[in-house]
Amino acid sequence: MDKKIVLLKDTSIGAADKTKEYYSLILNLLRDHNLQDSVQVVRVADIGFYDQGLVLKILPEQVIYGRVQESDLLPVITETIQGNKILDRLALKPNEKQLRIVLRNCGQIDPENFDDYIAADGYAALKKVITGYKQEQVIEELKASGLRGRGGAGYPTWMKWNFARQVKAEQKYIVCNGDEGDPGAYMDRSVLEGDPHSVIEGMMIGAYAIGASQGYFYIRAEYPLAVERIQKAIAQAYEYGLLGKNILGTEFSFDVEIRLGAGAFVCGEETALLASIEGKRGTPQPRPPYPSIKGLWGMPTVINNVETLANIPVILLKGGAWFGKTGTEKSKGTKVFALTGKIKNSGLIEVPMGTSIRDIVYNIGGGMLSAKGIKAVQTGGPSGGVIPKEFLDEPVDYENLQKLGSIMGSGGMIVMDEDDCLVDIAKFYLKFCVEESCGKCAPCRIGGYQMLGLLENITNGKGTNSDVAKMKRIAQAMQKASLCGLGQTAANPVLSTIKYFAAEYKEHIEDKKCIAGKCRYLLNYKIISDKCKKCGLCLTNCVFGAITGNREQGYVLDSAKCTKCGRCYEVCKFKAISKG
Amino acid sequence: MTEPKLSEDIKKVVEKWRNKKGSLVMILHEIQNAYGYVPRETSLELSKYLDVPLAQIYEVITFYNYFKLEKPGTHRIAVCMGTACYLKGAPVILQELKELLDVEEGHNTKDGLFALDVVRCLGCCGLAPVMMIDSKVYGKVKKEEIMNILSEYGKEE
Repeated sequence: MDKKIVLLKDTSIGAADKTKEYYSLILNLLRDHNLQDSVQVVRVADIGFYDQGLVLKILPEQVIYGRVQESDLLPVITETIQGNKILDRLALKPNEKQLRIVLRNCGQIDPENFDDYIAADGYAALKKVITGYKQEQVIEELKASGLRGRGGAGYPTWMKWNFARQVKAEQKYIVCNGDEGDPGAYMDRSVLEGDPHSVIEGMMIGAYAIGASQGYFYIRAEYPLAVERIQKAIAQAYEYGLLGKNILGTEFSFDVEIRLGAGAFVCGEETALLASIEGKRGTPQPRPPYPSIKGLWGMPTVINNVETLANIPVILLKGGAWFGKTGTEKSKGTKVFALTGKIKNSGLIEVPMGTSIRDIVYNIGGGMLSAKGIKAVQTGGPSGGVIPKEFLDEPVDYENLQKLGSIMGSGGMIVMDEDDCLVDIAKFYLKFCVEESCGKCAPCRIGGYQMLGLLENITNGKGTNSDVAKMKRIAQAMQKASLCGLGQTAANPVLSTIKYFAAEYKEHIEDKKCIAGKCRYLLNYKIISDKCKKCGLCLTNCVFGAITGNREQGYVLDSAKCTKCGRCYEVCKFKAISKG
Repeated sequence: MTEPKLSEDIKKVVEKWRNKKGSLVMILHEIQNAYGYVPRETSLELSKYLDVPLAQIYEVITFYNYFKLEKPGTHRIAVCMGTACYLKGAPVILQELKELLDVEEGHNTKDGLFALDVVRCLGCCGLAPVMMIDSKVYGKVKKEEIMNILSEYGKEE
């Protein structure tokens, strides 16, 4: 019998994790059946299913069982592991709404095992390309695929490559942008950690197509495992002669090195990223000239995002036409999203372009976490915007998201419910951009700061009616006059919340109210005397002396002394304190 | 002239990178990995060694959040302020830590036991709110649990 692996994870929500318990149960049963040497049991962090109780995945058969009880373990071992019979009553089917192209190997192969990648058709595309394709043919194939940059802007990848190919230069470079800095996005990390070779292969195909002999991986220092895995993969590729001089006996030579990011969001912008690779402060440069013409050390340089590169080997292997079959008219293929927020199943998902937001939230995300209704979905991180619930049936692609006032961005997707205050969210994102602004150009540095001041006034109850118009004017100046993408898009979250949630801004400004209860200074705490059991817990916890009274007469809260810290609200066991 | 204070290890690092273009950021990474921060004396020596003005080294150090000029506390607490964590209550967690430890973000506690940092995204949004102490990740953190978590890192005798 071949060696089998059983992956194990308790996906129950809110209950005690039983993974450990089942782990020993399975080990004991295996020993009873004398299988301990031929079956390996692994506890995993994520198994791709959520809220399905204890989930078992049996490899290499890829059989997945959900809601496994203790009594099921014996039949699983005797019938499935020994008898190769699938128990239909337990079997879970992978979610069909998803389509894994980029994440094809993540979780399927051992990312540190070179042979695993080779067995999954690894480096077959590279071989096909460098032994049989002209540069133009690679670019044609890419053009047919319709692949667009997955880093955010969605620029056609073939055009970028073609520009760099056409320039004559002694040295050209290709750079993988792994400086994933959007709060709430971790697609690139997962690909770098889960399938490093496919990114390297994608980069090599790009290098061949443009005529580059040197590549750089620019990866955040905050992702040590991703760095380690890429490092290992590069070493393996050198060992097998897939990197270095005259690869596979051809004229093509290529070397790769890693450069670490150092915690500057602006370095995700391509000219800033190049400055950082050059060992300098990561400040952006005016474009044009674009890096494809004049990039790293003045040489033509192509910068591709991790997810873009991971798509390349499949496209070259199966053909651009095959890739182009998935997706919408102008947005082809799939997109990986980091789906988080107030939904049941947070996690990394990959869906064909054009899938509706509703499908993503309800069919893949499993719906809302609590009974509170969905309010909006945020995409595109600090450069993106919010999409209110009225547009849930809109398909997700580059054009459509832009039309709705957001962007595809790198793939963060955050679901918000009625408890989230959109003014507060706008402030959160803007604050991020203000802190990350490199300070080189005035519209971004000063505009962002001023706008943040206005937003702070609004959430502190000091907003005036002219503030919204002022913010719109500043936003316009930032969009038009900022040097790089960070400044040009920093106002997007503010603009899109103003567009869709004007009423919420009005409430904050005119009524001094925050319905969601997030803006601390706009809250009013009150003791509801009907519900109060006169326990006195709020009195002892209020350090500001805003609560007075005694156990006989009950307690009152003096709003003039209240600092709105919320301590009383949290400690009250009888929900006798209201906020709003 | 005094002997350069660069330890042999750091000299090795510099030699490794010397002939590569644009290596300053990478050298600083290695120095910080060795010391936990970039000491001023090291920068001074590095400046002589590489023949690069000190101002240029500081220009780079101060631009990037990752590089530290102060020796960090024994245990680094990183509170994630990514969007998912923010929505699921990270500000409450941060406030509680500040109160319990009597320290502001970006600084060390008076006893030097903890350094409190706010980070952008630890990349495990599914576990929000998340905090990390040294390399251990705590997911779905509740305010009430923080005291217990911190007590695991009491002063070692």
